[in-house]
Amino acid sequence: MEEKKRRLFVKQSCEKFKNSRFRLLDILWEIQNGLGGIEGPVMEQVGKLIGVSRVHVEGLVTFYAFFSDRILGKIIIRLCDDIVDQFFGLDKIIEVFSEELGIKPGQTSLDGRFSFELTPSIGMSDQAPAALINDVVFPKLTPGSVKKIIRQLKEGVPVFKVDDTCGDGNNASALIHSSVMNNIRHTGKVILSDSFLPEKGLERCLNLNPAEVIKEMKDSGLRGGGGAGFPSGLKWELARKAEAEKRHVICNADEGELGTFKDRVLLTERAPMMVEGMTIAAYAIGSSEGIIYLRAEYAYLRPWLENILEKRRDTNLLGKDILGKTGFHFDIRIQLGAGAYICGEESALICSCEGLRGEPRIRPPFPVEKGYMGQPTIVNNVETFCCAARIFEKGFDWFSNIGTDKSAGTKLLSVSGDCKKTGIYELAYGTAVADLLEMAEAHDTAIVQIGGASGEMIGRIDFNRKICFEDLATSGSVMVFNSQRNVLKIVDSFLKFFIDESCGYCTPCRVGNVFLRERIQKVMHGDANHSDLDYLRQLSNLIIKTSRCGLGNASPKPVLSSLEHFPIVYASHLHEPREGLQRQFNIQKALEESRRIAKRRSMIYDPVYYDTN
Amino acid sequence: MKKRLATVSLAGCFGCHMSFLDIDERILDLVQLVEFDKSPFNDFKKFTQHCDIALIEGGCCNEENVRTLQEFRANCDILVAVGQCAIMGGLPVMRNAIMHSNDPLRECLEEAYNDSDYVYNPTNEIPNDPALPLLLDKVYNCTEVVKIDYQIPGCPPSGDTLWYALVALLKGNPYELPSELIKYD
Ligand SMILES: Cc1cc2nc3c(=O)[nH]c(=O)nc-3n(C[C@H](O)[C@H](O)[C@H](O)COP(=O)(O)O)c2cc1C
Ligand code: SF4
Ligand code: SF4
Repeated sequence: MEEKKRRLFVKQSCEKFKNSRFRLLDILWEIQNGLGGIEGPVMEQVGKLIGVSRVHVEGLVTFYAFFSDRILGKIIIRLCDDIVDQFFGLDKIIEVFSEELGIKPGQTSLDGRFSFELTPSIGMSDQAPAALINDVVFPKLTPGSVKKIIRQLKEGVPVFKVDDTCGDGNNASALIHSSVMNNIRHTGKVILSDSFLPEKGLERCLNLNPAEVIKEMKDSGLRGGGGAGFPSGLKWELARKAEAEKRHVICNADEGELGTFKDRVLLTERAPMMVEGMTIAAYAIGSSEGIIYLRAEYAYLRPWLENILEKRRDTNLLGKDILGKTGFHFDIRIQLGAGAYICGEESALICSCEGLRGEPRIRPPFPVEKGYMGQPTIVNNVETFCCAARIFEKGFDWFSNIGTDKSAGTKLLSVSGDCKKTGIYELAYGTAVADLLEMAEAHDTAIVQIGGASGEMIGRIDFNRKICFEDLATSGSVMVFNSQRNVLKIVDSFLKFFIDESCGYCTPCRVGNVFLRERIQKVMHGDANHSDLDYLRQLSNLIIKTSRCGLGNASPKPVLSSLEHFPIVYASHLHEPREGLQRQFNIQKALEESRRIAKRRSMIYDPVYYDTN
Repeated sequence: MKKRLATVSLAGCFGCHMSFLDIDERILDLVQLVEFDKSPFNDFKKFTQHCDIALIEGGCCNEENVRTLQEFRANCDILVAVGQCAIMGGLPVMRNAIMHSNDPLRECLEEAYNDSDYVYNPTNEIPNDPALPLLLDKVYNCTEVVKIDYQIPGCPPSGDTLWYALVALLKGNPYELPSELIKYD
């Protein structure tokens, strides 16, 4: 685009969001999509228009994976490189993409048509390997299908027309029109059951006063579905009690944890229920503004969600005096993320909503006191809001009777990996891992990773353990691996994920995880001895203790958990030094270059030395 | 019984050894505690017997450093890496920064003997006498080559630091240095 036109476009993009720096994320999305990238002069111009420095703008562009400071191709292919994809033939898929496109990951083709990138978790682990091409999801890739896709794209077929098959349920609706499958394998009583009566819960709430709503919420025993399991009623109460003019309700649909995809299915099949839950929360805490923070990978669901919000506005389920309740106003906007796992952490998410880099904040103050725009804010997971709607429809005691003592209700589990039936299982809290494996028809399972990369890695001895906050807490991710899979390779891949996704603020997290990974690779190569395991433990504990947010606190978990549950795997890789030399130090290799340059052999390390002169 | 102590300077500048001499008259106390074996201090070229403790200055930049370090590992119970060169590679390790070259070692030698503006070398020859030990592809710190038991940081660690650390080690006391002795920023 020529300079003048470009400047006009940038100006209009900023104006669209009232030149507000709090909407910088949206402005950058507009520009990224329009220009294919956000280059230096554009950053400068944006900064001037919205009243921040160029560095501030550049800070965002370089922080978020979906923004680029160089112009990307018209068609951007983002192939998911999670461990599950790796185990299901990722290498071959990368090879075929590279061959067909003539570019390697990280490159843009010379004609500017294609960019090819690798990306962590796009929320499709149940149908891996999968890729995003622009907004469109292409699940279950095979070398053959990749060739077909690229051929069509090269012929000029628009991306959304390339794959004309549709998935099940609402995936087939005109507004989603995606070949993604829901893969719902087991419907539980609370969320996925057909018995849901829409708006009944909301109507009931509006007849109670907010304090009563919060009391019922607390009595239901509901705990957050995003992983940490904080009691939701208490969170709402704290927000309500905090003195402020305005309060906010945010739905966390960032779903970045490796191996989870339940929010994807909920957004597809239960979005009205989720919005109803948000509306109830708004009434309870006294909020008039809500945000759905939607991860960029799920942008294909945005028209669908916008439509649901619009319909609710038309029927007075959102907007002013909702359902005739005078004085209760509430509306919701969607904030699209831009590819950063850390933005799932609630304080980072709030930063992101404010148009900043998604860096976690120091707590206290907690978001319930000072959150979005410095005002009390509750952040809850998609699943949590869905549960809330059901609790008020069916009653808190109905809900608290499901599950275990300290974990009420059901949990949506995203099962992926080596099993026949990958997909979503809604099960009451307290289900044993073994039962889940049987349902999923997983045979020969050796390793189960519960709760994603930051969760627990367990072996066969622990398959009778139960999924609930008292035992194995989880955000819902269950990755199943058979006995052919390499524990250390899994750990290594998780560490790579944390290294890539660390926001970089704390040194122990930014640097420590790199050191952990180096040491794990040393073990993998058979170069480590037992003192390396001590090092791994010590460094892990240091990172946990000194990191600011949950990412750093959890990043050494794969290491500690595998050390605890798979000590034999580590032991079998250890070797003591040879002739006093460390295993990874190879004197022959270290001398190769020198021998070549000096054109002579080593007097010390080559067996016999004859002077040929 | 007196402990046996050995010391060596590998790819270092001898600064750490010089610093050791800053213990001044305490060297008289030291010889009450230890017997020196192979060391530049007494110019013993070979080990006379197995030693308890060795102080290692410098990392490894050539094959001879490696062999010496291996020999120390075999002949001493406890190896103490002294100074930044031994611990992290120190100044010599800067040559590892030549990474984006197909032939980093050659580039390093060319820079040192030919290309630099400050070199006068009319024959353009790079020293290559058979008596010269071969250089390693890069500089390695001591821990990368053999197991190291303790480290004393500093460039060089001061005489006091070395003194307190060594005495603690000899007497088996906990190693507690006042922060001004090991704080460098
Ligand atoms: C690094 C990190 C990533 C997170 N990612 C998510 C996420 O993707 N989705 C989510 O709901 N919660 C995520 N959380 C948890 C949130 O911080 C927060 O606890 C949660 O959204 C609260 O909602 P809940 O109580 O309903 O679970 C993450 C936390 C951390 C530390
Ligand atoms: S722990 Fe890691 S992700 Fe969290 S704030 Fe620190 S550097 Fe950022
Ligand atoms: S650490 Fe410093 S004083 Fe010691 S050898 Fe290296 S450069 Fe010299």
